[in-house]
Amino acid sequence: MGEKTQVGAGARTGDGARADGGAQAGGGARDDTAEVIIRLTNLHKSFGELSVLQGVDLTVERGQVVSIIGPSGSGKSTVLRCVNGLEKIDRGVVEIEGVVVAAVGTPGAKPAPKEQIRAVLAKTGMVFQSFNLFPHMTALQNVIEAPMTVKKIPKARARELGMEKLRRVGLDDKADAFPSRLSGGQKQRVAIARALAMEPDFMLFDEPTSALDPELVGEVLDVIKSLAREHMSMMIVSHEMGFTREVSDRVIFVDNQKIVADNPPERFFNSPEHPRVAAFLDKMLN
Amino acid sequence: MLIDDRLGFWQYIIDKMPILINGIKTSYLLFFAVLLIAAPLSVLAAVAKVSGPRAVRALLNLYTWAFRGSPLVLQLSLVYYGFPYLGIVWQPWTVALVVFSLSFAAYETEVIRGGIISVEKGQYEACRVLGMNFFQTMRRVVVPQAIRRVLPPTCSEVIILFKDTSLVTSIALMDMMRTAQRIVIMDLRIDAFIAVLAIYLLMASLTVSVFHRLERILNASVLKEEGS
Ligand SMILES: Nc1ncnc2c1ncn2[C@@H]1O[C@H](COP(=O)(O)OP(=O)(O)OP(=O)(O)O)[C@@H](O)[C@H]1O
Ligand SMILES: [Mg+2]
Repeated sequence: MGEKTQVGAGARTGDGARADGGAQAGGGARDDTAEVIIRLTNLHKSFGELSVLQGVDLTVERGQVVSIIGPSGSGKSTVLRCVNGLEKIDRGVVEIEGVVVAAVGTPGAKPAPKEQIRAVLAKTGMVFQSFNLFPHMTALQNVIEAPMTVKKIPKARARELGMEKLRRVGLDDKADAFPSRLSGGQKQRVAIARALAMEPDFMLFDEPTSALDPELVGEVLDVIKSLAREHMSMMIVSHEMGFTREVSDRVIFVDNQKIVADNPPERFFNSPEHPRVAAFLDKMLN
Repeated sequence: MLIDDRLGFWQYIIDKMPILINGIKTSYLLFFAVLLIAAPLSVLAAVAKVSGPRAVRALLNLYTWAFRGSPLVLQLSLVYYGFPYLGIVWQPWTVALVVFSLSFAAYETEVIRGGIISVEKGQYEACRVLGMNFFQTMRRVVVPQAIRRVLPPTCSEVIILFKDTSLVTSIALMDMMRTAQRIVIMDLRIDAFIAVLAIYLLMASLTVSVFHRLERILNASVLKEEGS
């Protein structure tokens, strides 16, 4: 966390803090009681000989949008994938909504019972760079598959829910189209609708627009922006600097297996403290 | 004996049918029984080979290696003539069913495994992050995609299986090929060969059309998957 400001007396409720936007002045400092939704502690991860993360600490509060940027191969995707268990961690603790979903080599931290972990992971949505839609299902079928098979929601209700989510991403007219008939931007919006259909508490986006033609990037970013307006908690890996700046509450820079910077976007982009960040931004923005 | 030559093909074959029919029955019975036994076996083995524990995978590797690597005739002979030395005496039909099923399933296991691993990693990850468990993932996402890629090579395997039923003669079973051979040697005319040739070819066409139909049914509900 960037800010360590303590609020002396009169702690307010978590909801109030968000309304102040990014204002950090005086008494407007972020509230202590804001609920931490994701907490990574001393995360280590390597692939064989290759060490990718070495001691990553990171918290995300409910309603926050946290962007992760950094050079290619620096471990941005790995951070996200460690959060929802797609990668096994080598050391450290991963907590989601207070439930320890992974703990390795950390005295005093023990993973919660399997059922509890499953329940909390089920509230984690993820959107991939390569969409990963099910090619043998229509857009609507993609969206209602998990609600039906995992949550056992009856078909009629699931269809209503699915149509609502497709409308949410502006694709209710494509409900019966197979993925092969959709543009990249439409595919990614279906993928977002599919994740939303599970009513997640937070969403992980791993370069959601990197596989898209430039003219299709906007429609996907607009959907994510609308989620931010509704206070969906999100972790976003993206190379879209303008978008990152606009949508994020905090921007995190990953390099050399560590978090190098963690700041509100204004500070991050206007006065980068770390030379690595400055060099990176220089390259990205010019 | 050569007087029979004057008999026309159809009349001759009808005359020989009472003998030939036993061989035909043997071939078909073996064929369908093996399909029935081997189909679930190969699906299970393929899934286990992809995602089972290490020891199970090693065992299955040994199995497919041995059965795909040695001639079917040799497998049949080893079991039929060799097992009695171990105190195991099986009827020819038992030997045929067991060995043919294991042999066919060995090939089909590899075919299905190929289909399963052709489904991208991203599909599994999508299921995983949606909270689907292993069986839901297999049943709803992996198998439906794998099955379409598995159909064409499976069709070939099935055609080969029907032709390979002729190898049961090595363990003293009379299939239609062997029966025809007997008739030809006895009567010194090859009409019986022509008859069984027709049956083999017909069966191949039938198999192909059944599989084409399956492919069409699947493609009707499932469009081509260029780019998911
Ligand atoms: N499954 C894996 N096996 C081996 N190495 C891996 C694996 N996944 C990632 N890596 C390696 O780990 C490093 C970090 O990968 P990661 O995908 O997290 O980087 P990234 O910051 O997301 O990069 P990019 O911007 O290119 O997506 C890279 O060097 C990558 O090659
Ligand atoms: Mg990445």
